[in-house]
Amino acid sequence: MIDWRSEARLREERIAAGHACADGKVVPATRAVELLEAVLRPGDRVCLEGDNQKQADCLARALAACDSSKVHDLHMVQSGIVLPEHLDVFETGIARRLDYSYSGPQGARIARMLYGGQIELGAVHTYLELFARYFVDLTPNVALIAGVSADREGNLYTGPNTEDTPTVVEATAFKNGVVIAQVNEIVDHVPRIDIPGDRIDFVVAADRPFYVEPLFTRDPAAMTETQVLMAMMAIKGIYAEYGIRRLNHGIGFGTAAIELLLPTYGERLGLKGRIATHWALNPHPTLIPAIESGWVQQVHCFGSEVGMDRYIRARPDIFFTGRDGSLRSNRAFCQTAGLYACDLFIGSTLQIDLMGHSSTVTQNRVAGFGGAPNMGSDPHGRRHPSDTWMKAGREAQVTGDPMLMRGRKLVVQLVETFGDKLVPTFVERLDAMELARKTGLELAPVMIYADDVTHIVTEEGIANLLLCRDADEREQAIRGVAGYTEIGRGRDRAKVEDLRARGIVRRPEDLGIEPLDADRALLAAKSIKDLVHWSGGLYEPPAKFRNW
Amino acid sequence: MESLTFRHTTGKPLAGTAPSAITGVVASGNLEILLERVLPPDTCEVAIETPIAGYGPVWEAVVADFVARAQPGGIRISINDGGARPDTVSLRLLQGARLMEA
Repeated sequence: MIDWRSEARLREERIAAGHACADGKVVPATRAVELLEAVLRPGDRVCLEGDNQKQADCLARALAACDSSKVHDLHMVQSGIVLPEHLDVFETGIARRLDYSYSGPQGARIARMLYGGQIELGAVHTYLELFARYFVDLTPNVALIAGVSADREGNLYTGPNTEDTPTVVEATAFKNGVVIAQVNEIVDHVPRIDIPGDRIDFVVAADRPFYVEPLFTRDPAAMTETQVLMAMMAIKGIYAEYGIRRLNHGIGFGTAAIELLLPTYGERLGLKGRIATHWALNPHPTLIPAIESGWVQQVHCFGSEVGMDRYIRARPDIFFTGRDGSLRSNRAFCQTAGLYACDLFIGSTLQIDLMGHSSTVTQNRVAGFGGAPNMGSDPHGRRHPSDTWMKAGREAQVTGDPMLMRGRKLVVQLVETFGDKLVPTFVERLDAMELARKTGLELAPVMIYADDVTHIVTEEGIANLLLCRDADEREQAIRGVAGYTEIGRGRDRAKVEDLRARGIVRRPEDLGIEPLDADRALLAAKSIKDLVHWSGGLYEPPAKFRNW
Repeated sequence: MESLTFRHTTGKPLAGTAPSAITGVVASGNLEILLERVLPPDTCEVAIETPIAGYGPVWEAVVADFVARAQPGGIRISINDGGARPDTVSLRLLQGARLMEA
């Protein structure tokens, strides 16, 4: 006799055990450890919400404080390894196995623990890959999530940082899992129901508001003239040429410089309304001048950004907002939009090899790569044309019937040839290969594969890899923009000049860019304070960015 | 502190008549460049004071590329480097040449 309801019965047992420390669904923070010890079983798959913008930190502390004789050998399946507690649980034996996407601030420690064998690593995923596996073979038994507020029935308001929450809850709640939400406050009526209460089993009133990191704020005062020059090249040599209207920007200073040059340099080139109108992008403060001067028509967001709430509320024509006025973001949807609906992704990386593979993994840091590989990949399933997409497709593929030709998404690496401490960006061999070898991974954690990359922009110029016809041309095009790194100095000068004659490598002077214009004066905002002015006082920068 | 001097012969003198120009500011990651039109029209000399030793070959390559690109005949260039990266050096040199041409 097959038992078809074993999971459902186990779920009922977990809920019944949890009710011992709850009043209805509500659990005080002081009893969170007790709740987790009652609900969790050894070996459970657990999603502990930790994403770019929203940390279930109260529940993370509670999990780390559990008795490891009761709660052990968990399999953590979560987006972000961000808080110390996310790794503490592997040191105490509470958790054993890990599947994740991003580990920014914990990058150095996770590298040590991976090399030291303290973590059994499944894989480093993109967000969408991890989300996909929630619905196939990594469905959480228990999800520990974060929201801004909930009522006593468990109806949840996630706030502007919806991020992973809907996806995590969807997978867990509908497959016999238990969902526990920490909230900043229990209220009589939530401002907006982002997650219906029947999907939430317990609500923990957190001891303090969940932690939020201003991850997408780039202070214009810290931008360099090299970054201004690279942004000018990207706008003139790529955005204008391909007529890019639908796009996503990574979070570096280079792309922030592009955002700040749209109302000045972009305006001078007559590109308003012709480029950068529709975005899949978190509400970057550096986008404010472009929004205020009428460049931007619409922005869908993965999550929110500290200090942008009032501004977003005042610009509902631009952002997706709820009936209550606050931002509605959704990481899975925005990633999908970036993958299928955007014509360009432009971001940065730490290493690029001679074929164009890139990675953010270095000797001492394993930062993961979050969503960039999804944004920075060419989805072969796309079926709708756009002028940008078709043009890139024509450049990549010169033979065959045009009616059967596929377009191409533009995937641009915007990198300075040297990073911090004069560490070269261009390398013979990615450090990610060494990490894979040492830790026994079958697959090196590559951020963006070479066959997805269409352009590389450095301060030395633009390499158009779509136009390269063989591996040697590709290598010389990459060497041709690698500046004074060893890779750059190892170029075949005659071959690079030939590529330049064919427009595959283009220098600032080939694009008619005047070096004297590469000046910070060209930035529409030169400081955080300028951004506040542009926003009409609606942007409220976090304290660490206030220097006035 | 390392002092480097590179002397190049150019195919032509740098355009313009400005006798001198300064670009950049000395600060972390930046550098100051003084350009003076004081040499024979087929000669360019670049003198560098840098706090970071061991980058001679990189400086040599940056200067050689600049001379090939700008043909700065007649110009003596003095660089007071504050630990700038090669890209900044290259940009400053091109900016300096443009100022002299103005």
